[in-house]
Amino acid sequence: MSFPVHLSDAAIEDFGRELDAIRDEVMDSRGDRDRRYLLRLIRIQRGLALGGRLVIFGSLAFLPEWLWFLPVVALGTLLLAVAKILENMEIGHNVMHAQWDWMRDPDIQSGTWEWDSVCPSDQWKHSHNVVHHTWTNVLGKDRDVGYGMLRVTAQQRWHPFYLLQPVSTVVMALLFEWFIALHDLEINRLLAGKRTLAETYPMLRRIGQKVAHQTLKDYVLWPLLAGPFFLHVLAANAVANVVRNVWAYVIIFCGHFPEGVHYFSEEEVADETRARWYVRQLLGSCNIDGGRLFHVFSGNLSHQIEHHLFPDMPSNRYPEVAPRVRALCARYEIPYNTNSLRRQFGTTTWKLYRFALPVSVVAPA
Amino acid sequence: MDTAPGWVWSRVTGLTDMFATPLRTSHYLELMNPLWTTHKLQARVVSVWDETASARTLTLRPGRKWRRHRAGQHVRVGVPIGGMHHTRTYSISSAPGRDDECITITVKAAPGGRVSQHLVRNVVPGDYLPLGLPQGDFVLPDAVPLRPLFITAGSGITPVMSMLRDHAARGDLPSIVHLHYAPHPYDVIFAKELAKLRDDHRRYRLRLVYTRERGERSPAERHFTAAQLQEVCPDWRDRDVYACGPQGLLAAVEAHWQGADLSRRLHLERFHAPWADLPGDVPGGRVRFARSGLEVESDGRTNLLRVAEDAGLNPPHGCRMGICHSCDARLVSGCVRDLRSGAVVNEHGATVQLCINAAAGNLELEL
Repeated sequence: MSFPVHLSDAAIEDFGRELDAIRDEVMDSRGDRDRRYLLRLIRIQRGLALGGRLVIFGSLAFLPEWLWFLPVVALGTLLLAVAKILENMEIGHNVMHAQWDWMRDPDIQSGTWEWDSVCPSDQWKHSHNVVHHTWTNVLGKDRDVGYGMLRVTAQQRWHPFYLLQPVSTVVMALLFEWFIALHDLEINRLLAGKRTLAETYPMLRRIGQKVAHQTLKDYVLWPLLAGPFFLHVLAANAVANVVRNVWAYVIIFCGHFPEGVHYFSEEEVADETRARWYVRQLLGSCNIDGGRLFHVFSGNLSHQIEHHLFPDMPSNRYPEVAPRVRALCARYEIPYNTNSLRRQFGTTTWKLYRFALPVSVVAPA
Repeated sequence: MDTAPGWVWSRVTGLTDMFATPLRTSHYLELMNPLWTTHKLQARVVSVWDETASARTLTLRPGRKWRRHRAGQHVRVGVPIGGMHHTRTYSISSAPGRDDECITITVKAAPGGRVSQHLVRNVVPGDYLPLGLPQGDFVLPDAVPLRPLFITAGSGITPVMSMLRDHAARGDLPSIVHLHYAPHPYDVIFAKELAKLRDDHRRYRLRLVYTRERGERSPAERHFTAAQLQEVCPDWRDRDVYACGPQGLLAAVEAHWQGADLSRRLHLERFHAPWADLPGDVPGGRVRFARSGLEVESDGRTNLLRVAEDAGLNPPHGCRMGICHSCDARLVSGCVRDLRSGAVVNEHGATVQLCINAAAGNLELEL
C-alpha cells in the first residue's frame, strides 16, 4: 500500500499513539468549563435569533423613510444570519457529532437534536458522520468529494457536465442548505438505477416535512405577522438564509478542497490501521487561520484537521489542540495544511475552474 | 395543567411553536426565566440551610410545570457535576402547598457519595437544578382516620417530616407515635422542629434513640428490637407503620411485622433496593464495555452502574434502585448477579438493569 508520507509503518503507529494520548488527555479533562461554554453559546444564539427578528420588525416603523429603514433592516438580517450560522455550525453540527453527549444533558443529545436547516438531522448524520467521516477523501466512497456534482481533483473522470462548474458552484453557494438536504438521497445513483424509488420515498417524505416546517416559519408565518409588509420580512429572512448558506459553503469548501489536499483510492485504505486513518484525516483536511471569533463563527471547522482527527471532541477544545497537533506533524514531517481564508478559498475556487475542463494530468507535487 | 387557562395556553404555544421550529416557544421563554419552560422542568435554589454538620436543606422553587406533591413523595433531582448530568432521588421534606410555592429536599452527605456531597457542599442559591415530577406511594391516606407509627432513621425522616408538617399546618395532627434513630443528638435532622411539635401537640409522641451514644444501654438495645417497640408503643399492633431508613432497620421492621402477620399495616420507603445477603466470597470478574472498549476489574457486590461510572463512563440512569429502567443495557456475554435476589443471569442478549446487578465472573456489556 502506498501512502503519500515517507514514514515507516512503525513510525506511523508511533504517530497514532501520540495522537491517542492527546485525545485521551483532552477528553479526560472535559468538565464544567465546557458545559458553561455550550450553554452560554446556546443562550446567545437564541437571543440573537429572537433579537434579529425583532429588529427586522422594528425597522418597518421607519418606512417609508428608506434611508432609515435600510440600515436597520440590514442590521436585523445580519443578526438573524449570525444566529443561523452559530446554530448550524458551532452548535448543530457539533452536537450532532455527539461532541456533547458526554454531559448526558437530556436536551443536548446527538440522537434527538434537530437544527435550523431544511436538511433533516438524521439524514445529515448518516451522510456526514457515517459516510464522510469514515471514508474521508476516499474516491468512490466519500460522497463529500465534490458532493456528487463537482470535479475537485484530476483523479475524478471528466464529464461534460463539469463544464458548468463556474455556474453550478455559485448556485450551490446560494442554496447550500437545499443541496445538503438532498445529499443523502444520492440522486445520481437513483438516476443510474442503483437505488430504488422505494428506498428513497421515506427519506423524501422526511425532507418534505422538514422543508414544510422551515419554509412555513421563514417565508409564511413571520412575514404574515408583518401584515402589509409581508414581502419586506420575507426578503429579510431569505437574505439571512442565503448569507448563512454562502458562509457555510465557503468554510466547508475550504475543509477538503484547497491546494495541497490528498485524495485516496479504495486500495490505499484497505486494511487501514487506526494510525493510518489518522494520517489520512490529516492529509485530507485543511485548516483556516483566524481569530477566536472567526473560529466560533466557522463552527471550529477552521480546525478541520483536528475535527477530523477527533470528531467527537467538544469543538471549543480544538484551538488548544491545534498547536500540539501541528508540532507533532512537524516532528514527524507530515504536511499540515493551514493558511488564510483568502488562500484556501482562492485555491479551492481555482481548482473548481481548472477541473471543469478535461485536464486529467496530475501535476507533479 | 388541565385547567382552562392551561388549555388556552397550550393552544397558543401550539401556534407560536410553528414560529420557533425546530425549537419550541418554551426554549425562548427559558431565556427570560428558566422556570417558565414547558419542555423541561427546573427548579431554582432559593436558599440553603444546614440542619446538621452533614445534612443540608435546599429550598427549591420549581418551574411552571410542577404539580403539587403529596406528603411523603419523592422527586428526581438532576445535578450537573464536572459538566455531567447525574440523577438522584430525594424525599420532599416540606409540606405540600406552601404559600411561597417552594419545596425543600434535605440531603445528607453520604461518605463517598458524589452527588449528595455536591448538593450539600457546592450548590448555592441561584443555581438551577433539573427536576422530575413527584412520585411514590409512601403517603398517608386522605380520608381514613389513621393512627400512624413512624419509624425513621437518619435522613429517613425526610418523607415523614413532610407528613408531620402537612398535618401540623392543617391543625389535624392524628395520634402519632414516632420512633427515630440517629447516631448522636447532634445528628438529628429537624431536631428543634420535632421538639416543638412534641411540646405543642399532646397527640404526637416522639422517642429519639441514639445508636452511638454511650450510656446504660448495650449497643444491641440501641437499635430496633421487639422489646423496645413494646415499651415505646404498646399498641403497635393497632397502628399503621410508616418506616424509612437504612436497609438494616427496614429489614428488622419488615421481619417483625411479618412475624406478627401484620404485613398489610406495613409501609416502607427505601433509599436503595433491598439487597440479598450474599456470601462473603462472592466472586466478581472483569467487566468489558463493548462500545467504549473499556475493561475494568470489579468485585461481586458493586453495582455495574457504579462500576461504569468509576471507569469514566456516564450511562443514562434514574432511580438507581431498579425501578425506572433508565440504565438498562444489553448483556453481550458473561454473567451478572441480581443484587436484590442473588439470582444469576447468563442469558446473552438479555437486558440488565445496571444499578441492581453486579459482576458474577467476566462479562461484556453493550455500553
